[in-house]
Amino acid sequence: MSDILLEETSEGERLKLVGAGAWVALNARRLESQIDSARLRHRGAGQVDIDMTGVERLDTFGAWLLERLVRSFSAGGATPNVTGLKEDYRLLMDELGAVKGAEKIVPRTGTQSLTYALSSIGENVASVGNSFGSIANMLGAVIVALLRVLTRPRSFRFTSLVHQLDNVAWRAVPIVLLITFLIGCIIAQQGLFHFRRFGADVFVVDMVGILVLRELGVLIVCIMVAGRTGSAYTAELGSMKMREEIDALRTMGFDPTEVLILPRILALIIGVPILTFLGSMSALYGGGLVCWLYGGIDPEIFLSRLKESISLNTFQVGMIKAPFMALVIGIVASVEGMAVKGSAESLGRQTTASVVESIFLVIVMDGIFAIFFASIGK
Amino acid sequence: MADSLPPDTPAKPNGAGGKDVVIAVRDVVVGFGEKIVLDHVDLDVHRGEVLGFVGGSGAGKSVLMRTIIGLVPKREGSIKVLGVDMDEVTDLERQAVERRWGILFQHGALFSSLTVMENLQFPVREYLDLSPRLLDELAIAKLEMVGLDATACHKFPSELSGGMIKRVALARALALDPEIVFLDEPTSGLDPIGAGAFDTLIATLQRTLGLTVFMVTHDLDSLHTVCNRIAVLFEGKVIETGPMKQMLASRHPWLRSYFHGVRSGHRTDADAEAP
Repeated sequence: MSDILLEETSEGERLKLVGAGAWVALNARRLESQIDSARLRHRGAGQVDIDMTGVERLDTFGAWLLERLVRSFSAGGATPNVTGLKEDYRLLMDELGAVKGAEKIVPRTGTQSLTYALSSIGENVASVGNSFGSIANMLGAVIVALLRVLTRPRSFRFTSLVHQLDNVAWRAVPIVLLITFLIGCIIAQQGLFHFRRFGADVFVVDMVGILVLRELGVLIVCIMVAGRTGSAYTAELGSMKMREEIDALRTMGFDPTEVLILPRILALIIGVPILTFLGSMSALYGGGLVCWLYGGIDPEIFLSRLKESISLNTFQVGMIKAPFMALVIGIVASVEGMAVKGSAESLGRQTTASVVESIFLVIVMDGIFAIFFASIGK
Repeated sequence: MADSLPPDTPAKPNGAGGKDVVIAVRDVVVGFGEKIVLDHVDLDVHRGEVLGFVGGSGAGKSVLMRTIIGLVPKREGSIKVLGVDMDEVTDLERQAVERRWGILFQHGALFSSLTVMENLQFPVREYLDLSPRLLDELAIAKLEMVGLDATACHKFPSELSGGMIKRVALARALALDPEIVFLDEPTSGLDPIGAGAFDTLIATLQRTLGLTVFMVTHDLDSLHTVCNRIAVLFEGKVIETGPMKQMLASRHPWLRSYFHGVRSGHRTDADAEAP
């Protein structure tokens, strides 16, 4: 391949450009700079002959650059004349000669950074408001679907519920047990380490019991479920929406809320309390184990101390929160799933939003419950 | 990146009849589990032709296409593309071949998070080092060549109609000026006018760019108007290859019902005489 793709000989007013070599994609960068510099050096040329006899190969890249050269000379008032082009390449040149939009490419609408910052703040605030609206909407739709199902129980998708329960609860048991066990261990170890300085080792049992049963058991389980099941719900519903499956359901006279969302949310409402119970027990077990092995507190002492420090209330406070948090996770996951648009990117964005929002709302709910229980004195 | 590629010289002629064979499929067996989809298939595609590949739904037409481009593993046989045996290539050689073919997937397979313009520039950016101005101009040129105008260039695939998606996908398949284009049911889902225009487009591009086209299709009109040669897949084997006239004259019962069925009612053998 020769390095010079475009040679020039000037004869007064007449400019003669001679093309050579392969005018193909791989040489396009060099060819472009040679063409542009030739154009710049001969701005005032009146008559331009472009001899293409020496060009062995021409593809769209080379042909477009030739077209650009021809166009820029004609725009400058010159009359370019292309000769020696092989017959096969004529058609290609005709095709490219018909291209109109290339000179006036509109760049994608970019806005000023300050305006952009302000408008994105505004959009975000509005979208937070909107998402509360759509959560309320979805809650209403789910309740309506539930009432409708209650009037004709035979239409309830029992198989779907069982299938979802299997996914939500049964398959989550091992990981939930493992994580809560470790959390129980860590709390007990940290408690022992610090309480020992005051000689208050035995209060670790109180701390582990109350913390796990009231707060941590349900929180850890809900965070796990939001990450594990909430994201799956959003992705499932979202890809169904992308492939028009939800529209298909609707046209067949089914209510997607009743068919798809209600069984999923019910599965969560049943599954999360079970997981919370199992998780709390596992955390207590882990705490007890560390107290025994690391803190030297016998299992019998641990148990009797636990009996004194916690009442049924403590346990109930934790458990009562579970179904409400499950409802929040389910609703948020469904809202985000139904908000998916056509692209893969939007599926990813909604799934992220689903997990982040539901974990956030679970923690907010926990705070509201804490205030509520404190004010009723439990 | 571009410097590491070997210069793309035209493939050496090989195969029978002195014709330049760009895709040579020999004795290829493909199966999924127990089911054998392609049973010792042989097929040649010559340089510069438009080969229509037909067969019943689920007969394995797309499977053969996907096997040639390396998306489906084969059990036996060999495939040579542009004179290169695809089983014995290094990654670099494979990449060099992949740069010389373009594929139009059945549903377009446009990248949904990129705009039309970015979709068209994606393969070019990867393989070539071009100025942004040239990239933009070429994307528009390709877009206009497939019959769309520049206003579509900042749209996302989800904002396009089915026909536009096919056109953009074709433009993307042509982005690197490939020698071979694989088209998987290019006219399915288009209205007859759109499908006719698409056929003309393929014929024009094939002539101007000197493409070799491997087209999987069900569209009898496409077969009549653009295909130079037709290959028929039936029960895992290529039972017939040849021009339309040969297909219409064939005695094979499946071919008779395919080319002389209700859907081809308006056509007479005289139509086939026309180029």
